[in-house]
Amino acid sequence: MSFFREACQQLRHIPKTASRTYLSRPAPRQSLCLADSSRLQWSRRNNATWKTGLNARSFSVTARAQHGHLTPPKPGEEINISIVDKDGDKHDLQVAEGDNLLDIAQANDLEMEGACGGSCACSTCHVIIEDPDMFEKMEEPSDDENDMLDLAFGLTETSRLGCQVPMSKDLDGMVVRLPTMTRNLQASDFEQK
Amino acid sequence: MNRLPYVCDSCTAQVARVSPRRPQSQLSRLTPLRRHYSVQTARPFRIAIVGSGPAGFYAAHRLLAKAEDAVVDMYEKLPVPFGLARYGVAPDHPEVKNCEEKFTEVAGSPRFNFIGNIELGESLPLRVLKPHYDAILFSYGAPKDKELGIPGEKAIRNVYSAREFVGWYNGLPEHRDLAPDLTAGEDAVIIGQGNVALDVARILLSDINELRKTDIAEYAVEELLKSKIKRVRVVGRRGPMQASFTIKELRELLQLPSVSFDPVPKDLFPSNNIISSLPRAQKRLIQLLEKGSTNDPSTSSKSWSLDFLLSPECLNWSPIYPYRLSHVKFSRNVLDPSDPHSSSAKVSPKYLSSGNRAQVNIPANTFFRSVGYKSLPLPGLEEDLGVQFDEQRGVIPNDGFGRITTPKDTGDTQRLPDGSLLSHLPGLYCAGWVKRGPTGVIATTMTDAFSTADTIVADMGSQRQHALLNSPGRSTGLGWEGVQAEARERGLQTTSWSDWEMIDAVERKMGKEKGKLREKFGRVEEMLEVVS
Repeated sequence: MSFFREACQQLRHIPKTASRTYLSRPAPRQSLCLADSSRLQWSRRNNATWKTGLNARSFSVTARAQHGHLTPPKPGEEINISIVDKDGDKHDLQVAEGDNLLDIAQANDLEMEGACGGSCACSTCHVIIEDPDMFEKMEEPSDDENDMLDLAFGLTETSRLGCQVPMSKDLDGMVVRLPTMTRNLQASDFEQK
Repeated sequence: MNRLPYVCDSCTAQVARVSPRRPQSQLSRLTPLRRHYSVQTARPFRIAIVGSGPAGFYAAHRLLAKAEDAVVDMYEKLPVPFGLARYGVAPDHPEVKNCEEKFTEVAGSPRFNFIGNIELGESLPLRVLKPHYDAILFSYGAPKDKELGIPGEKAIRNVYSAREFVGWYNGLPEHRDLAPDLTAGEDAVIIGQGNVALDVARILLSDINELRKTDIAEYAVEELLKSKIKRVRVVGRRGPMQASFTIKELRELLQLPSVSFDPVPKDLFPSNNIISSLPRAQKRLIQLLEKGSTNDPSTSSKSWSLDFLLSPECLNWSPIYPYRLSHVKFSRNVLDPSDPHSSSAKVSPKYLSSGNRAQVNIPANTFFRSVGYKSLPLPGLEEDLGVQFDEQRGVIPNDGFGRITTPKDTGDTQRLPDGSLLSHLPGLYCAGWVKRGPTGVIATTMTDAFSTADTIVADMGSQRQHALLNSPGRSTGLGWEGVQAEARERGLQTTSWSDWEMIDAVERKMGKEKGKLREKFGRVEEMLEVVS
């Protein structure tokens, strides 16, 4: 707890400009949080200001094991994709080549679980590629991925596992939809087995 | 908050996001906090979660993320968390256990308390909890398994429950002393064709040198090294179209090195026309089954088969070795001819032209039954909380959204989409296997737990007074702080999350010394020794 209290209190010392930019980020879905913001897409745009803010507070954390987090795209090499979340809101993102959809969604606070940590052993990062032509452009899903997709809710012809879709230039302009996880009760739920 | 030194920054951020007690700084004043309920704003909404498996943890995750005022106390029978993620998922599926990382993140929230080594209903009655909580969520899973009820099941040696065997090789204290004898002979028979059956088959057939690198219990490795089992038959009463294993588990077994697979007789498959019109998942599974394994039986040291349309009748021993299993008598079945390819097709006994039932003896030295897990009511569920367990379906009756229901009219009735009425028991919820029966993978349980958590959050927000376990003002809202005194009085030694972290660290260290992921403590006393 003390770590966060300290971190939050530190926020008081952010220069005005920085904190204003901080709060003017487009559509904050979750409550603000210090470490959280550093991995949001918008932060790249406001990188300079944000960095100043960080430096001013001489904030440091011990290096910890990182897993599945994003590399910022090089200028001029951004790939534009859109993710439509479960509420139907569209999020336009600029991403780097090589990052996968699971990491991208999680880094942008979109609701995608990734229960197995992106190792193709569950179906919780199921995504639907909106454009069938775009789906065709991708590499065929492996048997292992298809095996997991078979267990996904709301499977479609253009379903993929987010953790198995790395970004490439060919995918520029791709629109991806996160399936709604609602499941209505079926008669079979009450069947005697 | 450096309780989680091994959690990376971004994940720490997620923990922070669900943090409740944000200091009243600029941050919280400027942030539009989403409040989800306003029944009792003066104090947090206290909820007890019974069971710390995937259902409990995913529900806790969702609750903490969606309801800023919720404080979760998670009760667990064992001193250690994670339920079937730790003790059910096969040791050679470590990637599936990665969900534990998420659970660890959830447990990092200051609004989360873990109370281990406390058996609710047994060592502490449920009525002790009631006055201190606003809601109780049951997610204690399915702690028993179904029996076959055939002659010899209890009396003959070398007959095991697959659930117990799984618990045994996974280091579950309850089955630490199962000591299965795998040296009785070459033939093993597993009844049931679900994923548990295939897990057992895979453990019996796998190369031990691969298994011993996993977190499989060391004593299990020793027994498996002595194993004489060469042939494993996985037997089901229905056909390939009705088998309930999933394709990943089947593919793994088909790809095991130097293990051959007896092809499934062609006549058990429907015509190609029918196969190509099947839903995708079923089609791929049937096609894989038809293809079988490429391993050559003549160069393979072990083999396995899937045997269909057989129901076990009785277990027999040979006259030479009394009480030692020698073969299993099966009767043959036929699928309902009107709808043989549906996944819910029924079977009936097959009769010979003589009028006798068609039967077959299959040699077996070791026998496992794997015909499903079973939930049980917690002691006191009915007496203390008025929950009438559905013995027939093996679940806590609920409205599908996780609210526990009762046939009695409690005044809080709801009309279902199909028009029928349900009475709710206020403040009582369920999730996971105890809610929908012991089926599905972790993703299924996650979805299910999320839906229950969403229901709780919605009920909190609805200002329905009757959504609370106790009428307003009657609950102390103390949660574990209130229960603790009673637990102490009863001399119960509970474990906290930091206790688990200590046990975890020691287990990992012991594992490292043996060149494996972790070495689990097989006994509760050993775990408690670490923390005392």
